[in-house]
Amino acid sequence: MNLADFDPLAGRRVEILDIQGNVVGRDLRPADLSDARLLDLYDRMVYLRVADQQALTMQRAGRMGTYPPTLGQEAANIGSAAVLEEGDWLVPSFREMGAMLLRGVPLALIYMYWMGSEWGSHFPENVRVLPICAPVGTQISHGVGLAWAAKLKKEGTVTLIYFGDGATSKGDCHEAMNFAGVFQTPCIFFCQNNQYAISVPRSTQTAAATLAQKAVAYGFPGVMVDGNDLLAVYAATQAAAAQARSGGGPVFIEAQTYRLGPHTTADDPSRYRLEEEVKAQESDDPLRRVRLYLEKQGLLTPAAETERWERYRALVQAEAKKAEAAIPLNPDDIFDYHYATLPPYLAFQKDYLHRILAGRGEPTDG
Amino acid sequence: MAKLNMVEAINLALKEEMTQDESIIILGEDVGRLGGVFRVTDGLQALFGPDRVVDTPLAEAAIVGTSIGLALGGFKPVPEIQFMGFLPAALDQIICHVSRYRNRSRGRYTLPLVIRAPYGAGIHAPEHHSESTEAILAHLPGLKVVIPSTPYDAKGLLLAALRDPDPVVFLEPKRIYRAIREEVPEGDYTVPLATAKVVREGDAVTVVAWGSMVREAVRAAELVAEEGIAAEVIDLRTIAPLDDETIVASIRKTGRGVIVHEACRTCGLGAEIMARIQEKAFLSLAAPLERVTGFDTIVPLLKLEDHYLPDAGRVSRAIRKVVRF
Repeated sequence: MNLADFDPLAGRRVEILDIQGNVVGRDLRPADLSDARLLDLYDRMVYLRVADQQALTMQRAGRMGTYPPTLGQEAANIGSAAVLEEGDWLVPSFREMGAMLLRGVPLALIYMYWMGSEWGSHFPENVRVLPICAPVGTQISHGVGLAWAAKLKKEGTVTLIYFGDGATSKGDCHEAMNFAGVFQTPCIFFCQNNQYAISVPRSTQTAAATLAQKAVAYGFPGVMVDGNDLLAVYAATQAAAAQARSGGGPVFIEAQTYRLGPHTTADDPSRYRLEEEVKAQESDDPLRRVRLYLEKQGLLTPAAETERWERYRALVQAEAKKAEAAIPLNPDDIFDYHYATLPPYLAFQKDYLHRILAGRGEPTDG
Repeated sequence: MAKLNMVEAINLALKEEMTQDESIIILGEDVGRLGGVFRVTDGLQALFGPDRVVDTPLAEAAIVGTSIGLALGGFKPVPEIQFMGFLPAALDQIICHVSRYRNRSRGRYTLPLVIRAPYGAGIHAPEHHSESTEAILAHLPGLKVVIPSTPYDAKGLLLAALRDPDPVVFLEPKRIYRAIREEVPEGDYTVPLATAKVVREGDAVTVVAWGSMVREAVRAAELVAEEGIAAEVIDLRTIAPLDDETIVASIRKTGRGVIVHEACRTCGLGAEIMARIQEKAFLSLAAPLERVTGFDTIVPLLKLEDHYLPDAGRVSRAIRKVVRF
């Protein structure tokens, strides 16, 4: 796939699989994306969908804190992260559970984070994924810095940076993309344009016709892709990664998708968008497209499909139980990770909490 | 041994440490070819190349933000913010990420970086070039804030900061960048962080200061010495974590205290120091504590700037007041 063929100013976007699962962009399909691999990625999408549903269930049952659902953004999550290789970095925002899972973050840890434990961001040593980032767009420059470090070390790795349509309005995004252009850092700016920043629609974020065209001003390519099309997302991200990896500098990808659920479980979308709009979008389910394609290829039997969903339901429930059991409730943790060495005043405050919890008296000397 | 000013001492520390630690990268506005607007990084790009002393686009948030990524990627970045007045643009990164990364990942990720910034008033600079907002930084859990007041300490503290496993903001009092020359050894030595220094001993009153105010405090101590008042002067050197043990030990001896800072009074670090003294040495106090600070105003432009800054005269008045209480 040639990125130059998709000039955002000309309005073209990368599309391979249509809404009925028909291949409409056969020449764009990556050579390494065999049907077997596609089946594997479909598997990851199902895993994400089920893990997302489980999180919502737990949130409603009071087992989890506020949670941002991924529903509708499975293709953007999986198609992008799937192109990464060993040593590559992934820098998430907060709606990238599928991408994080794909890169080796255990689901139990992600659940732990949303359940309310910092230990959920204590990823295994070999996992090159940054923690979930709540302040919108502030993580983008971290990804550029990681890519810069990789370039200086001649690692040959790429950094995949996620953010949403709202983040493109922030100075952080502009500054980070500008640095990436100047220093030619090997990174991919992957914008999940899900059309809403909580209640504010994409049209209010910018007067620009597309988000992808913003890359033009920073001196590197930007491409639009059908973000609900797993194959298109994969193809575009793969092309971007190839360019970055070979020293060609960064690429911006605008994955046009739709957030079917609320911003978070604390949000009420009925206050800002019509039910009909959401209903219309529901027919464009990223999983359905791949499923229809796989069925047409004879790769998916109803029995296998049922087995797949049941397998993941069992798996995510096990991960949820694991997360709940694994959360340490040690109040020392509040204090012990601010500095490599605990300063005296924090040691005092830690002792104070211990005394309160133990029902002992106040310490006499602060 | 060479007599150096603070600019030269910091330059020497950077040069020596960059020679032995190849992970150090300096980045910021004008730090490379120009050598910094105060010439603190003078000659370093020629020595270490444009990959290690990097002229960046003009964007403070990204200077700190990419430094976070560089640190996570195994480097030790030393970003420079050209003036503390421009730090607010980077404050989002400092508050939301620099100070939090170790804790939010339970130690999985750490950020051993040193953010340098010239700070403070007194050089008749333009608007937004004279701020001293160090209390905002000292308020943040997870951050260390270091402020040298002499060339010798500047080198030793910077070397300690560069080797510290946690993020350090290193604030350089630009008013005394070139005002003091003293012997600064070549080669390795460190001044430990979070340790205040008694720079002048006395038993009548404790004067706590940092940055350019240490010089005013010492001058005030010299003034009142002629009147028979022996003032002890403490240079904090690190304002976070605060070495209150040294302060309290001195107060227990003198029973009287004056805190001096050029930042605004309200919610300034002086308030925290007074609170700590009150908590830990209340029964040692023979008089109410005094603060000599900048006013709760925006630093005036240069025509009125000198009225804003505390000086030896104001400090000596406060000393006399608490001693005669």
